Amino acid sequence: MACLGPKCSIYYMLISAWGVVMLAFLGLFFKIRCPALFEDLKMTEEEWEHHNFTIDFVQEKYDDSAINCWIAAGIYAVLFIFAFIQQRLNARQSYETS
Amino acid sequence: MESLLRSEEMTLCQMFLQSEAAYACVSELGELGLVQFRDLNPDVNAFQRKFVNEIRRCEEMERKLRFLEKEINKDGIPMLNTGDNPDAPVPREMIDLEALKRNFLELTELKHILRKTQTFFDEAQLHVQASHDPSLTEERVGLLGDEQASRAGQHTKLGFVAGVILRERIPSFEVMLWRICRGNVFLRQAEIDTPLEDPVTGDSVHKSVFIIFFQGDQLKSRIKKICEGYRATLYPCPETQAERREMAIGVMTRIEDLNTVLSQTQDHRHRVLVAAAKNIKVWFIKVRKIKAIYHTLNMFNLDVTQKCLIAECWCPVTDLDRIQQALRRGTERSGSSVPSIINRMVTRMIPPTYNRCNKFTQGFQNIVDAYGVSRYREVNPAPFTCITFPFLFAVMFGDMGHGLIMFLFALYLVVKEKQLESKKGQNEIFGTFFGGRYIILLMGAFSVYTGFIYNDIFSKPLNLFGTGWRIPESKYTPSVLMQTSKFKLDPNETFLGATYAMGVDPIWQLSKNKIAFTNSLKMKMSVILGVSQMFFGIALSYLNHRHFKKPLNIIFDFIPMIIFLFCMFGYLVILIFVKWIKYPPSQSHIAPSLLIGLIDMFLFNYGKYMPESEHDPRKADEKEGLQDFFVVLAVLCVPWMMLAKPLFTWYQAKYGQFKHQPLSVNSGDLLESGDVVHNTESNGPLHSEAGVQEEHTDLSEIFIHQIIHTIEFCLGCISHTASYLRLWALSLAHAQLSEVLWEMVLRIGLRSFSSAWGSIVLFFIFQIWAGLTVMILVLMEGLSAFLHALRLHWVEFQSKFYEGSGHMFIPFSFSHIVDHGVEELA
Repeated sequence: MACLGPKCSIYYMLISAWGVVMLAFLGLFFKIRCPALFEDLKMTEEEWEHHNFTIDFVQEKYDDSAINCWIAAGIYAVLFIFAFIQQRLNARQSYETS
Repeated sequence: MESLLRSEEMTLCQMFLQSEAAYACVSELGELGLVQFRDLNPDVNAFQRKFVNEIRRCEEMERKLRFLEKEINKDGIPMLNTGDNPDAPVPREMIDLEALKRNFLELTELKHILRKTQTFFDEAQLHVQASHDPSLTEERVGLLGDEQASRAGQHTKLGFVAGVILRERIPSFEVMLWRICRGNVFLRQAEIDTPLEDPVTGDSVHKSVFIIFFQGDQLKSRIKKICEGYRATLYPCPETQAERREMAIGVMTRIEDLNTVLSQTQDHRHRVLVAAAKNIKVWFIKVRKIKAIYHTLNMFNLDVTQKCLIAECWCPVTDLDRIQQALRRGTERSGSSVPSIINRMVTRMIPPTYNRCNKFTQGFQNIVDAYGVSRYREVNPAPFTCITFPFLFAVMFGDMGHGLIMFLFALYLVVKEKQLESKKGQNEIFGTFFGGRYIILLMGAFSVYTGFIYNDIFSKPLNLFGTGWRIPESKYTPSVLMQTSKFKLDPNETFLGATYAMGVDPIWQLSKNKIAFTNSLKMKMSVILGVSQMFFGIALSYLNHRHFKKPLNIIFDFIPMIIFLFCMFGYLVILIFVKWIKYPPSQSHIAPSLLIGLIDMFLFNYGKYMPESEHDPRKADEKEGLQDFFVVLAVLCVPWMMLAKPLFTWYQAKYGQFKHQPLSVNSGDLLESGDVVHNTESNGPLHSEAGVQEEHTDLSEIFIHQIIHTIEFCLGCISHTASYLRLWALSLAHAQLSEVLWEMVLRIGLRSFSSAWGSIVLFFIFQIWAGLTVMILVLMEGLSAFLHALRLHWVEFQSKFYEGSGHMFIPFSFSHIVDHGVEELA
């Protein structure tokens, strides 16, 4: 049965559609090692220094972030499907009552 | 083209309508909606007009309809909004409507009476039950016993009054009883659990049964008065138990009877209401139309012979044919043999301004009209606003992501236009967005474009064409990099020579001096945009002067204005382009500072701040001469603007008078006298504007006006150019805010945990970030950028040419009246 209200389900549909598209792209940009996202990596200068400023370390971090983004995008995809089903249920319900 | 730039050409017309055909004709004109009637008898008050009775009948009917609507709403029956637009009915149809209405009202009233009696019986029954309440009776026995014990021998008769009162009134009721009867009464009360329905308002109310014991007649009358004061209902209550029971049974049977009657009536009423709900909207429209027609007919003059009505109206010249056709249709419909006549009148009144709009331009026209309705036939800035307004907005709102959100929202509104139109009235805020959907659509699209130029998408750049900077590894070796954390890149070595194809190079996002760079870029761009828009505004003033045939204004206003603005800021714009184009990376260190250069230009101050080695005397001299010339020219423009026009008019008035006089007497005075006659026969409110066009030749007035105008313009040039810098300021604020939001919110999600938990955190953080982006960056920032764009158009742009002193053409149109009601006409 519908456990989200009609407005709530539409809200989640919108935000998860946005989330899927944006996080998928963000993951892609991490994957191709976009320099603009360098500051968004999960690492500090000291850590890097600890690894002798190797390129490999940074690339690993880029890959980590990319996978994180894609997982989050996956969660949003699931949320989208759920919200979509809810929305259909709501629509059917309101159609039946009216 | 002409009709887009200027308002429609209007003409004053006189209509002669046969009295029997007048109703049908006005109804046809109302459907057409192209005619604005003038009130020909403004002195006559509303109650002395010809069709007062008809209007009153309409109002009565409207009241009944509203009552019906309320009843339908109360029963929760959905009203059908078919959206069909019935023609205004013939007057006799109104009688049918009235009969129908009476039927409804009688039914509803009967229902109310029945309901009221039911409550009465309900209450009575409860009351009787309450007095059956054993505890209460015992209390009474106890009380009686006490009384009897304490006052043995006295034959006192305790009386009681019982009734029902609203629950919230009980406390004060009790206190009042106590005070007035000095504590000599005893009050018992019991709450009625089921809420009763108030027969008048239909709300459910809580009530309590009370019973008051007292002694003596005086107290009884007092108590009754108090009860009346508190709107308590008193019920007769028999003394003995058996009688009470009997009465309770009697009441019960009567309630049963009533219930059956009531349910039958209710059924019938429901059926009737459902039938009514289907038509009520149509009835509403019909009644409103009839009312509007009579309202309009009241504005007409009666002919001497009482055979025809005379109307005066404004209408667009191009639509005269359609109006004539409508009149012919109206005459045919009424079966009259004499045709209605319309003929154009010559007048010196200023006609109303009518800009034909479609649903796209309407929003922009509203923006312009909110500042002031343009003078008749003045250049209408709305067509230009269609592009410049969203563009200036986008300069302040430049971000591809935010622009896309706005664009998609507006696109949804535009695509679902038809479905949303019917819901428009429900929510005021939504209605505002919906009305401006095309503006928002363009604003969003332009923001995507400017965001592309700024290379900003949610504060991140896109490297689409490949950046123009390379860091040669030969120079920046690891050993060099280890030394410091910040480097100053020398454009001579790292710049490839080919700039980024379009927009700002994405490399700037990574640099520490990004703001310094974008500031200088955006400031220059806003000055260029601002100055060009001001030039455009002045150019439009030329069209106005030419159209209103004022060659003096062209020579004494327009030309010095252009020169003044060019000498100061036009030159600055040229310098900006020169600076952008002339200096390659190798010479970038000798590029002049524009602001200091501009200040020096006005102080005649050259070569002071330039280092000797780089000073090229020949070039500086060349520039110096040009700049001096510009400054002198700008200064000369001031007296030109200030004095030339008043002096010239003065000269003309003094020496050129005799040459022009005969002509002006012949043409002008005839018109003048015609106008005077016209004025005496009808004192319309619009007549106050009749004499405005007359040229004032009072010299001192022209002088003062011109001086104010000049000072306003010269100071305005400077302050308005500075004002356009808000384009830079807001765009900076927007870019910074979105960057901060990314760094403070989304980065938490991206950087928090590395493993699978990271994605969960990112999932939640993204929602917060998305919500904040829409709330703060799109809604709030969008609103502020909208307001600033509005200001730039109203003040900086329109002050150059726009007078905005006209009055709006408000046609008599049914579609408007049906939406907004007739009251606005009055």
